[in-house]
Parts: sequence; structure tokens; C-alpha cells
Amino acid sequence: MYQGVIIAGFGGQGVVSMGILLAYSGMVDGKNVTFFPAYGAEMRGGTANCTVVVSSEEVASPVVSRLDTLVVMNEPSLLKFEPQVKPGGRLIINSSLVNAKPKRTDIKITYIPANEIAKEVGSTKIANMVMMGAYAELTGAVPIATIKESIPKVYTRAKKEIVEMNYKAVDRGAEAVKK
Amino acid sequence: MGERILMKGNEAMAEGAVRAGCRFFAGYPITPQNEVPEYMSWRLPEVGGFFIQAESEVAASNMLFGAAACGVRVMTSSSSPGISLKQEGISYCAGADLPIFYADIVRGGPGLGNIAPSQGNYFQATRGGGHGDYQVIVLAPNSVSEMANFPRLCYELAFKYRVPAMISADGILGQMMEPIEFDFEPIDPDTLPKPDWAIGDATGRERRVVKSYDLRVGAVEKQNWERNKRFEAIRTNEVRYQLEYEEGAELIVAAYGSCARVAKSAVMMARSEGLKVGIMRPITLWPFPTEVLNELAGRVENILVMEMNLGQMVQDVKLAVEGKARVHFYGRPAGGIPTSEEFLQKIKEAIKGGPVIPIDPEDI
Repeated sequence: MYQGVIIAGFGGQGVVSMGILLAYSGMVDGKNVTFFPAYGAEMRGGTANCTVVVSSEEVASPVVSRLDTLVVMNEPSLLKFEPQVKPGGRLIINSSLVNAKPKRTDIKITYIPANEIAKEVGSTKIANMVMMGAYAELTGAVPIATIKESIPKVYTRAKKEIVEMNYKAVDRGAEAVKK
Repeated sequence: MGERILMKGNEAMAEGAVRAGCRFFAGYPITPQNEVPEYMSWRLPEVGGFFIQAESEVAASNMLFGAAACGVRVMTSSSSPGISLKQEGISYCAGADLPIFYADIVRGGPGLGNIAPSQGNYFQATRGGGHGDYQVIVLAPNSVSEMANFPRLCYELAFKYRVPAMISADGILGQMMEPIEFDFEPIDPDTLPKPDWAIGDATGRERRVVKSYDLRVGAVEKQNWERNKRFEAIRTNEVRYQLEYEEGAELIVAAYGSCARVAKSAVMMARSEGLKVGIMRPITLWPFPTEVLNELAGRVENILVMEMNLGQMVQDVKLAVEGKARVHFYGRPAGGIPTSEEFLQKIKEAIKGGPVIPIDPEDI
């Protein structure tokens, strides 16, 4: 099992914290993981992305140029990273904020209205958790239960009700792609 | 020990230093190593240590001199331009035989350059770095686990030989997160023997002087020769490297640090295509693993050196190989992060005997 993933969006959308949660959950699940953030002059409103590898084997390169999965939270990320998805790979799009259509026809594409779902759960700030749930359900890279178990351990300062809201967002993301 | 924790390279290195007995850190901010002073600023006071954000890099390195002269386990960290500034203090420490530990989380240069990962400071690290005739022990981790565990090794070697020891990493290793385990129990520096050269309370003993300056005729030359014996001992005893898949290999790839991780991926891809490729990763950049490369060169025709620079370690490889094998080079300087697919292509060029074609800057 090997998943090389890039999660990309605006700064402030939680793409880095989603990446850390994915890596942490993979570790709890007994996998080998790496997390590498783009660390340029990122700020709220700028672009942000991170690379996560989850693998049952040793992870050699933490840098991935051909992606098994790409998670895009905003439109510039789609334009930038779409060409890097492997043929047969997976693209998960936050359709709440991305209007452009991907050009690729050789990959699996899933649209999730993550901001709308997150708003229904309680806050658009947790759109990243909706995407997390969708990603886990679609790829099977990490069990949903492990992700939930990891949430309070990664976001140690989150209050109980926020943690609960995150659980709900993960579940709703997973449900959205089951249909 | 035993517990896997997910940590960022910079923080793992800082925690590793504290666990290895570091009780004094002086530094000055610079990307991509800011997590190190940030971590130390709250962590050191927890264990009764001292953190100082100095007014400049030069000041920080001279504060290190003072604390190290008292026998304390000290640390500073910076990135390329900041390390250049610190060379004054580091050279003085080398001249006073002080066992300091420092880290360079290398970024693109020369000059202010950029903040991207780079291996452009190999020459600076392995040739001493500052003025005068000296070496520093250079460890090159390739994982967050090694970032966490190498500070202890740096202190052990630095105190054993009374020379500065450093970690040379880059922005990838500083910023990435991986599960780690510490391979040692925390060390309480109060339980370590007090060095017999350290200054402090001199009651009841002879005066000790820690300095790098001596105008008596021949004194500094003699001291250099004495120090050289320690450099020779380090060359003999402290070479570390990792060699994989060398059995029956037709090509050996030589790479260090984060670049060795990308190279390892490329080697695995090449092997899955049936190519007989091994990989040699120097862990100590100084002392350099000269002997093993010389021995390998007698068995393989081609050696491919991959670096994130314009070709620095390749010079040490050529010196080691003594013409017994063809030495090829492929590199990306100042923030060019090579991909494993790119490296695989170069492995295919090198295993045929070359030429290994450099990247066309128009394609960047």
C-alpha cells in the first residue's frame, strides 16, 4: 500500500493541518508516513500545500512528483497540480470554491461541496475535515475511526465541542462520497 | 524511548539536543530553522537551561564560546547566511578546542539566496568553515529520526575530541514531519564528569585559560600539530555511512541527506526495472567515507554522485576513487528539488557509462 498525496488550497483553509492529521492517522494505523509542507512565504489568503506519503513500506522520498491523490481546496491549486496526478490516480475537488473543470480524462475525479457541507455542520472552517473524510473513504488509506481517534491528539488545544464538530465533518465527507 | 511520535525535523533536533544535555542555546532567527530557537525558548527553561535570542549571529557564536568554556553542552543553529556570520565564533571555538554543537539548516545561496532546501554548503561545512587550519565533525541526517538522535552523537564526539561538531541538514529535513523514536534516555548534564579544561570556580586548583590566541614563537604551530592528531583519530575512528544493494551492483549512487532519500526512491525504481544499482550514503561528511568508496570503485565501473548543488561532494568522491571508476555527477542548486523520476533517468545515463546530461535551465 502506497499513497503519495498533495493537499493544496488557500492559506487558512487548513490544508497543512489536514496533512498533519493524515500523517498522524497513518502513523497510528502502523504505516510509515512523511509530511512535507511548502514553507515559502505562506499566509492566510496566499497559497499553501503539503505532501503526505502513507505507505506500508519504508518511505524513501518525502517529495512526490507523481501523485496517487490530489486534494484541491481552491482553483489555483487545480491549475497548478492537476498535471502531476498519475494516470489512473485520483483528484478530489472542493466544488464549493472550484468552478474550473479539470482537463484530465485519465484520472478518477470526485467533486465535494466541502464548504456547504461544513457550513451545515457548523463552520466553513472545517471544510478540510469534510475533505479528509472523503479522502479516507475513497482511498482507504486510513480508517475513518483512526482519523477520529487522532483528531484530539493532533489538535490538542481544541475544545470538546470543536472536536465533536470535526468528527461530524469527517463523517459527512465520507457519506458524501458513498452515495 | 519506544514510543513513536510525529515530529518536525527542526523540533526533533532541538528536543534531541535537550535530551542529550544541552543547557545553553544562543541564536538569531532565520528561515528555515526558526522552529529550533522557538522550541528552545520554552523548552530549555523547563530543564533549568538558558535560551538567548542574541542581537546578531556573531554575538550568538561568541556567547557559545563563553558557555562552552565552562564545560556546558551548548548549541546554536542557523541557515546558510547566518552560519557564514557565525564562522568567526566557530573558528575561535575550534582554536580554543571547545566542543560546541551547531546546525545548519541549509537554504539556497550564495548571498541571501532564497529559503528553499539546498546542499550548497558542503564545501563550507567539510573544509572547516571559518579561517584557520581546522575541521569540524559534520553529520548529515536523512530522516527526522536522525535529526532527533544525532545531537547526542555530536556532543559525544565533540567532547571526546574537543572539536566542534555540526549537523548539516536542509529545509526539507527541517520542515518535514515523520514518526520518530529517541534511541537514548535523556541525559542529565549534572551527572556528566566535569571536563578537566573547563573554567569556573578555581578554588583549590591551578588557573585554567581557554583561548585561541598565543603569540609565543611556535606555540600555535605546536597546538595545530597536537590538534591534527585528533583530526587523524577522527578520520580513523568516526567514519559513518550506509551502503545498500552494493552486492553485484554495476552502478553505485552516492548521495547524502534529503537528496539521498530521493535517490533511494530512484534506486528502488531502477532495481524494479532490473538495473543493478546500489546506493552509498555518507552519514559523516567529515570524516568522509573515503576507504569504502575506494574499495567500491575497484568493483563497479560507474559511480553517480547526486547532490542539491553544482557539484561539491563529487570532488571528495573523485579523491576517494583515485581514478578507479568513472565518476558522474547530477545536481540541482539553490532550491531545485530533484524528483525520483529525474534521478532514474540519470541512473540510466550513468549505468551506460554516461554522459549524464545536466538539466537545461530553460526547463526549470
